[in-house]
Parts: sequence; C-alpha cells; structure tokens
Amino acid sequence: MHSIFVITKLTIREASRRKILWAALILGLLFLIIYGLGFHFARLDLEKSMQLRSGMNIVLMHEMYNFLLLAGLYTVNFMIIAMSALVSIDTLSGEITSGTIQSLVTKPLQRWQIVIGKWLGFCFILTLYLLFMVGGTMGVVYATSGYIAPHSIQGLALLWLNGMLFLSLSLWGGSFLSTLTNGVVAFGLFGVTFVGGWMEQIGSFLENPVAVNIGILSSLIFPCEAVWRRTVYLMQSPLVTRLGVSFFSSSSVPSRLMILYAVIYAGILLIGAVRRFNRRDL
Amino acid sequence: MDPSLAIETSGLSKHFSDNIAVVDLSLRVERGEIFGFLGPNGAGKTTAMKMLLGLISPTAGEGRVLGAPLGDLEARRRIGFLPEHFRFHEWLTAEEFLTLHANLYHMEQEYLSQRIPELLELVGLTAHAHRKLRTFSKGMLQRIGFAQALLNDPEVVFLDEPTSGLDPMGRRLVRDITRDLRAKGTTIFLNSHFLSEVEVTCDRVAFIKEGAIVHTATLDSLTNGELHVAVRARNLTPEARQGLTHWCRNLQVEGDQLTFQLDSEDQLPLVNRYLAEQGVDLYTVQPKFIALEDLFLKIIGEGESSDPREVSGNLET
Repeated sequence: MHSIFVITKLTIREASRRKILWAALILGLLFLIIYGLGFHFARLDLEKSMQLRSGMNIVLMHEMYNFLLLAGLYTVNFMIIAMSALVSIDTLSGEITSGTIQSLVTKPLQRWQIVIGKWLGFCFILTLYLLFMVGGTMGVVYATSGYIAPHSIQGLALLWLNGMLFLSLSLWGGSFLSTLTNGVVAFGLFGVTFVGGWMEQIGSFLENPVAVNIGILSSLIFPCEAVWRRTVYLMQSPLVTRLGVSFFSSSSVPSRLMILYAVIYAGILLIGAVRRFNRRDL
Repeated sequence: MDPSLAIETSGLSKHFSDNIAVVDLSLRVERGEIFGFLGPNGAGKTTAMKMLLGLISPTAGEGRVLGAPLGDLEARRRIGFLPEHFRFHEWLTAEEFLTLHANLYHMEQEYLSQRIPELLELVGLTAHAHRKLRTFSKGMLQRIGFAQALLNDPEVVFLDEPTSGLDPMGRRLVRDITRDLRAKGTTIFLNSHFLSEVEVTCDRVAFIKEGAIVHTATLDSLTNGELHVAVRARNLTPEARQGLTHWCRNLQVEGDQLTFQLDSEDQLPLVNRYLAEQGVDLYTVQPKFIALEDLFLKIIGEGESSDPREVSGNLET
C-alpha cells in the first residue's frame, strides 16, 4: 500500500505543480460565474413573465429551473469528460517516452502499483473537480432560486462514473499507445457514443428501431453517453419524464443494467491497463 | 547458476519485431567487479542492461542478478540504476526528487534525513537542494541521477553511459564516485562507448557489436600483455636482426628506427641485453602497450567492409 500512496501523492503533486489543477479550478470558477449570471437573469425574466401571465405557476417555474440546471450539467459533463482524459492522457505514455518511468520501475515496487497509484491520484483530483463543478452548478441554482433537482446525489455519482470511465480509458490507452494516438482514441470514442446517443434519441422519437439499435450498440462500444442520459432521466422533472420528451434525454432510457455495464467497463479498462503495462518493455 | 555471482546470464536474447537487439548474451560478473560493456551506439548495450533490470523481458535465455531472477522485487532493493538520457520529474526540487525515490525504498524518515544531504554533498549539489530539476544543467541532472542510483547503498550499480555528454569536471566526478564504490566493494556494470572511461574505471571489459559479445578481457591483460616497442639504434647487423626474431614479432626496420612486438614486458631486458651484446648502439627504447583503442577498433571494426577507423566516430577524442 505504501508504494501506491507514494505514486498517488506524486500524481497529485504533479497536477498541482504543473498548474493543471489551478487552471481547471480558475476556469471552472469562471464557468460558474457566467452560468450563475445567465441563470440569474433568465430567472428574473421568467418571474416577470409569470407576473404578466396569471397562468404561469410555480410548477412551470420549476420546469424552467430544471431545464436550465440540466443545460448547465450538460456542459459540466463534457468538461469532466475532457478533464478526465486530458489530465491523464500522457501520464503513462509520457513517462515511458521521456524515460522517467525507468527510474520508478526499477525501484522495489510492482508495476501495477504505479498504475493504481496514478489512477487513485487522478481519481482524487477529478473528484475534487467534479464536486466543485457539479456542486457549484447545483449550488448556483439553489442559491438563486431555491430549486433542487430530484436525485441530485445519484446524478453526481453518475457524472463521477463518466469521469472514471474516461480516466480508465486514457490509462488503458496510455499503457500501449502514444499520447497522441491515445487522445485520438479517447475523443474518437466520445464522438461515436455522442452521435450514437443522438441517433437513439431521434430514432426513438421517430419510432425507428434501427436507429435506436445503432444507438444502443454505440452505448455498448463506449457507455458514456448512456450514463449521461441516465443522469438526465433521474434528474429531470417528473413532468418531463412523464411526457417522455426532453432536449437532453430520450424516451429510451438507459437501464440500470447499462450503468452496471459502465462500471464493469471502467474496471476492465483499468485491469487491462495494469496487464498491458506489466508486460510492456520499457 | 551460481548465486554468489553479482550478475549471471546465459543465452539472454532480445528480438524486436524489426531487428535483433541482443544475441545469446552469456555473462558472469563477480561481486565487487567493475564490468565494462563497451561498444558503439546501437550495439545493444542499453537493451542488455534493461533486460538485467527487468525493464525489458528477454525473448530467450535467462539471467540472475544477486542470485535472484531478472526483475525480482527483493533484488531491486539492493541495486541502483542510472538510466541513459536520464530524465526525471523535472518539476521536483533536487531534495524532493531524492525523497520520492527514498520513499519508494521505504526508507525510514530518520535515515533519509541523514542520507539525502550526504548524497547531495557527494555529488556536489548541496547548494542546489531546493532548486527545481527543470533549472538543472545536463551535468547537474546526471549528478542528481547518480545520487538517486546510490540512495539505497546498492550492492550492484548499473550505469548506462554515465559520462555521455558531460563536461570534464562531470566526468571526473563520475570517476571519483566509481572509485569510491569500488573501494566499498560495490559491483558496477557500466555501459559505455568511451574507451577512456572503461580504461580508467573497469576491471574487465566485454566488447559488444551488433548485439553480441565479440571479446571479453581483463583490463590487466589488455594493458600488461602484448606491447609495441620502438627502438632507435645504429649498427644493426643482419645477424642481430635475425637474432631478434627469437623474441620479436612484426619486426620492421626503417633506417635507424626499429619497431616490433613482444608478448610481455619481461622480454624487454632480454632484448636490450642481446642488442648490446651484438654491438648495436641503442639510443632510445620505448615500450608502448597496445592501446585499448587499437583493440577496440580491431575488434569492433572486424568484418566491416569500410575503414575500421570509421567507428572512431564513437570514440572520445
């Protein structure tokens, strides 16, 4: 355990020294300020129109808050995914190319301890980032309007899962690909699953089973979009859920099984990273 | 396999998909020995060393370091390694860098707080302990790398091209440290393409070319064995010249200049006495040991269709 934590500490320290952590937090703060301002002014407008039209009531206001919150989280989800991949994309391949890994691997520790130690370090950093960004977005909404979306904690956990999926993917890629190829793979997979998600949504709207199946297939190839849609399904207002039409989700909701699949997927990627790194010539 | 040896390999080979890096490497390095692995760049020295360290897995053969299989975790506690083209986590300070590696050896805080300043002193970096490695010159990085390799007071130290790219001061420091290590009985496995480095430091040297060892010899045998002798003499009679062939090989005469080869230094007084008895007037007698460089060129240059001197591009000048 000791060796793992030496590597975990090194990883966190590196992110902090190379100012990755600070850049992410400062830009995250900027995001929250802009989002907060946007939300504030949108709410003022809504309140004004509510006073004008007697038909507007508190239920409809909450629908609007929910929509704005999910719009914020939609961006945050993407930022977490990008952050998870970017911070860790060169951690193995970069150290292998530069040769810094050689002085670590020849010390009395197992190679898997390096991979797991790094994973834990990034996991810590990304969890902080996630709490800051997701917590910040939810906090801004709550502070200005008092609105809390349903299943907020589950939603937070699912967004965290998305981060871990990409973290494990980039460690797996880094164990045998160059940094650049690894990045291409990570964002390529994101693209595939993103377009697949939309196809499933449109297919479900048009009741086209082929498009829906392609969407499901893309979720099996990489389940990040499915995890996001499950997040939306849980967090959207009950009214939207009943109507079955939402900008962010579709009527075909990824099942709990798909979430389990995503957890196992991340686990297998991490095991794969350890195994490949173990065998690799350095 | 003999567990008392520091390093032992038999038939160790590494084939990459597009080339063969090391062929059938069989080595025996005694404890306390300074073993030089000498060859031009690309000869397979680094690959061989990486196999000994468990960084690369061999495609064939086996090996032991300190009696344990290659890459063994326990053996790694007792070895040190200075990689070639050393690049370390440059955002750490010198002291943090050594602390990191000491932590990987699970060193006690108390021991560590004494050992790290000691090593910084040894490599002359005490004044730079709190500077980031990013700001270090190549020579300074090499020195901190050396300190890292010695943290655990290793029984075997692997040095891959330790003086490559260093200024004369840096090279001298490396030599001083290796001398201290030798005095302590540390085994050193040194990769180098610098003859002078091997000549000064090593007890034994293996010449490696295209992944295979072509010759192994002790430095003593290389410097105390055969020697060239240059003589300036007059009145050399044909009889005297004929008599010289009793000891001398490759005898050549040009005017009053004689050159020949002897098997050992012991023969030199006999030759001198013989020439005096024959009435030859001797002006100078200059013995010269066959330089390691000549041997290097001879061995490494063998079989090359081009001029063997071409490999001297890899020699220190």
